[in-house]
Amino acid sequence: MASVTFEHVTKRFGDFVAVNDLNLHIEDREFLVLVGPSGCGKTTTLRCLAGLEDVTEGIIKIGDTVVNDVPPKDRDIAMVFQSYALYPHMTVFDNMAFGLKLRKVPKEEIKRRVEEAAQILGIENLLKRKPRELSGGQRQRVAVGRAIVREPKVFLFDEPLSNLDAKLRVQTRAELSKLHQRLQTTFVYVTHDQMEAMTMATRIAVMNKGVLQQLDTPQNLYDRPANLFVAGFIGSPSMNFFPAHIRKDGSDLYVDADSFKVKIPEQRAKPYYNYAGREVIFGIRPEDIHNPQFAPPGIHAEPVEARVDVIELMGNEIFLYLVNGRHNFVARVDPRTRFKVGEQVQVVFNMDNFHIFDPAVDRENPVAVR
Amino acid sequence: MNLEHFKRWLGNLPVHVVLLGLCFIWLLPTLGLLVTSFRPFQDVNETGWWQVLDPPRGAREYQQFCAACHGGRGDAIPNADLSNPDLVQRYRRSFTLMAALTQEFNGQPHMGEVPLPNENQAALIATYLRRLSGLEVRPRFTLDNYIDAIVGYRGTRNYRTDCAEGVQSVDLFCDWRDLGNPRGMGRALINSLIVTIPATIFPILVAAFAAYAFSWMEFPGRQWLFALLVGVQIVPLQMALIPVSRLYAQVGLNGTFPGIWMFHTGFGLPYAIFLTRNFMGSLPRELFESAFLEGASHWTAFTRLAIPLTVPAIASLAIFQFLWVWNDLLVALVFLGGTKPVLTYQISNLVTSLGGGWHLLTAAAFISMILPMMVFFAFQRYFIRGLLAGSIKG
Repeated sequence: MASVTFEHVTKRFGDFVAVNDLNLHIEDREFLVLVGPSGCGKTTTLRCLAGLEDVTEGIIKIGDTVVNDVPPKDRDIAMVFQSYALYPHMTVFDNMAFGLKLRKVPKEEIKRRVEEAAQILGIENLLKRKPRELSGGQRQRVAVGRAIVREPKVFLFDEPLSNLDAKLRVQTRAELSKLHQRLQTTFVYVTHDQMEAMTMATRIAVMNKGVLQQLDTPQNLYDRPANLFVAGFIGSPSMNFFPAHIRKDGSDLYVDADSFKVKIPEQRAKPYYNYAGREVIFGIRPEDIHNPQFAPPGIHAEPVEARVDVIELMGNEIFLYLVNGRHNFVARVDPRTRFKVGEQVQVVFNMDNFHIFDPAVDRENPVAVR
Repeated sequence: MNLEHFKRWLGNLPVHVVLLGLCFIWLLPTLGLLVTSFRPFQDVNETGWWQVLDPPRGAREYQQFCAACHGGRGDAIPNADLSNPDLVQRYRRSFTLMAALTQEFNGQPHMGEVPLPNENQAALIATYLRRLSGLEVRPRFTLDNYIDAIVGYRGTRNYRTDCAEGVQSVDLFCDWRDLGNPRGMGRALINSLIVTIPATIFPILVAAFAAYAFSWMEFPGRQWLFALLVGVQIVPLQMALIPVSRLYAQVGLNGTFPGIWMFHTGFGLPYAIFLTRNFMGSLPRELFESAFLEGASHWTAFTRLAIPLTVPAIASLAIFQFLWVWNDLLVALVFLGGTKPVLTYQISNLVTSLGGGWHLLTAAAFISMILPMMVFFAFQRYFIRGLLAGSIKG
C-alpha cells in the first residue's frame, strides 16, 4: 500500500516523445485508470512505473521513495500483462508461486498464499493445469492471481481485459472492482476503453499524445471535461461539436451556429459575456438533445430544426443522426419517438448541460470555458 | 457416422498410397542393405537380397534330374544315399558328378530316359548336393557379418569358423578381448561416441548462453556481433583444416579427442547460435518482463524460462549436430586418423581393403546407423509438439 507520484516525467524514444512532462499523484488505495487512444503514452507511463522502461527526465516515487534507479524486482509492484504472460511450461500453481519461490518464501507460506488467491478468484480446481489447458478468462484470472500472491504495494494492469469477449469483459470488470475493495491496495490500470475507465476508476487520467489532459473522478470528467479532447473521448456516442459564435442581443446571450441559434440560460450566461462576438466551439451530448414530445419538464429547452439522416434503434433508446445546415449531430432520444428518415423534425437542446470551448489559445484542443 | 468416416478415409486414400509408395522407394535400398547384412557371405556372392526367400540354388535342377529316383531328400536309394556326406564328398565338383552320371549303373545308363544335365546344371546340382548332405550347411540368416565387422575380422571365411579351427590371424584372441580390436567396429563405435557426445553438448551449451545474451541482454555491438556470427557461417570447414591442423600440431592436440571436440564445437557454434537465438528471440517479451518484475535475475530467467521453452529448438539442434559429427569422415580423418579410428573411418577402410567383401560393409553400416536412429526417435516428439501452445492470448 503506497501512493505513486510522477513529477515532470518525460520519456523519449529517439525523437519521439512518448510521455511529455507528466505530473500525477496517485493516492494510496486508489483505483486510477489511465485512458486514452492507442499511442497516447499510457502504457509507456505504466512501464516506466514498473521499471521496464527508464524515464528520460523527471522522477517517479512509490510512497516516499524515488524509484528511478530501483530495479523492477525491488519496486514491490505486480503487473498483469495484456497477453497475461503466463509461463507456458509451468502449472497454474507454479505460475503463481514463481515470484514467491524466487523470494525464498517458505513452502507452507507459498502454498497458503496461492490457495488463498486461487480461492478469491475461483480457480482452486485449476491449480494443476497448464496454461494451454485454460480458457481466456481462466488465464486472465491466473495472471491476476499471480499478482495477488505477491502482496505488492501497487498493482499495475496493462489492458488486462482486451483479450476477453464482451460478456466476460463486463463480468470481469465488476470482479476487478470487488477485488480492489477487498485488497485495499493501489491499482493503476491502463485501458483504451472509456467504459472500463468509467465503471472501475476512483479517478481517471485521460492522456493524449503523451500529455495528461485531465485527472478527475469519472463523473466530473463526464460533466465537466477540461478540453475538447476529453469531451470527445469520454461518452458514447461522443459529444456533438458545432463551430459557432457567441452573440449578444440585449442582455441575452446566444450561441449562433449560422443555421441555428440557441439561447444561453441566464444563470449560466455569466462566464460568456466576454466572449460575445467571438468564435467558440459549442458542445452538447447526444442525451441532452430530446424529442420535444418526451422532453423532461423544467429544462431550458431550445428548439432546433433538423433533417433525419439515419435512425438506429437500440431498444431502450433511439440514436438519431441529424443534419442541420452544414452540421451533423447525434441525438439520443426516447424510444417512443416516431421519426422517419428524411423527415424535417424539431428537436430541443437541453441548455442546462452544454459546453463552450475556446479555440483562441489552442486551436487543436480548445479549452473548456465555464 | 461410420459411412462419413469411410468416405473421408477413401478421399485420403490416393494421398496415402502415394506417400506409402514414396516411403517404400525411399526405404528400399536400406531394406536391401539390412537383409544382406544378415545373409551368409557365400549367399551374398551368389544371389541378390531379393532372392533371400527363394529355394536354395540347384534345388530346381535337382528336382528335374535326380529327385525321381533319389527322392526329395536324397535318401530313397539306400545304396546311393545322397544325404550321406561321405558319398557326396566324392561328387563335390561338377566334373566328377558329370563323370558319374555318364557311367552305367548295373548295366543301365545312370540317368535312364532322362537327358543328361549340361555343365551348368551339373554345377548347380553339385552345389545343392553339398547342402543336402550337410557338407556345406548354411543358415539362411546369420549374425556372422555383424560379428566379423565388430571384431574387425580380415580373412576369407568368417571369425567363428577360423576360431573354431584355431587358424585365426595373430591379432585376434577369440574371446571378449576381440571387442576392443582397433581394426573392429566395436572399438570404433566407442571412439565415435567419445567424439560425438561432447561435440554435441559443448556447442549447444555455449549456443544457449549466447542466444540468451543476444536475445534478452542489452550490450553495445549486439546486432553487429550477431551479424558477424551469421556471416562466418559461410566459411567452409575445409578451409580451416590445414591451419587448425598446424596449430594443433604445435600444441599437441593432433590425434586427441579434445582437439576434435574443439574443432566441431567451433564449426557448430555459428549455426547453433543462429538457430537458438532466433527461437529464443521469438519468445514473448512479456514472459521475461513478468519474470524480472517477479524478482528473477538473468540467470533465473535463463534456466527457468529460456531453456525449458527452447527445448524444441535445442532438441532439433542436438539431432543435427549429432548426425553431422557422427557421419563426419573428413574431420575425423584429419585430426584422429588411424590412431583413434571412428566408425566412418573404419567403414571406409572396409571398402578399400575388402572391395569384394561388402557383406561386412552392410553390417558395419547398420552398426553405425543404430545410434542416430535411437537419437532421432528419442527426440522426435519435440519436432511435433509446439511447447508454446497456450502461453499467449486465448
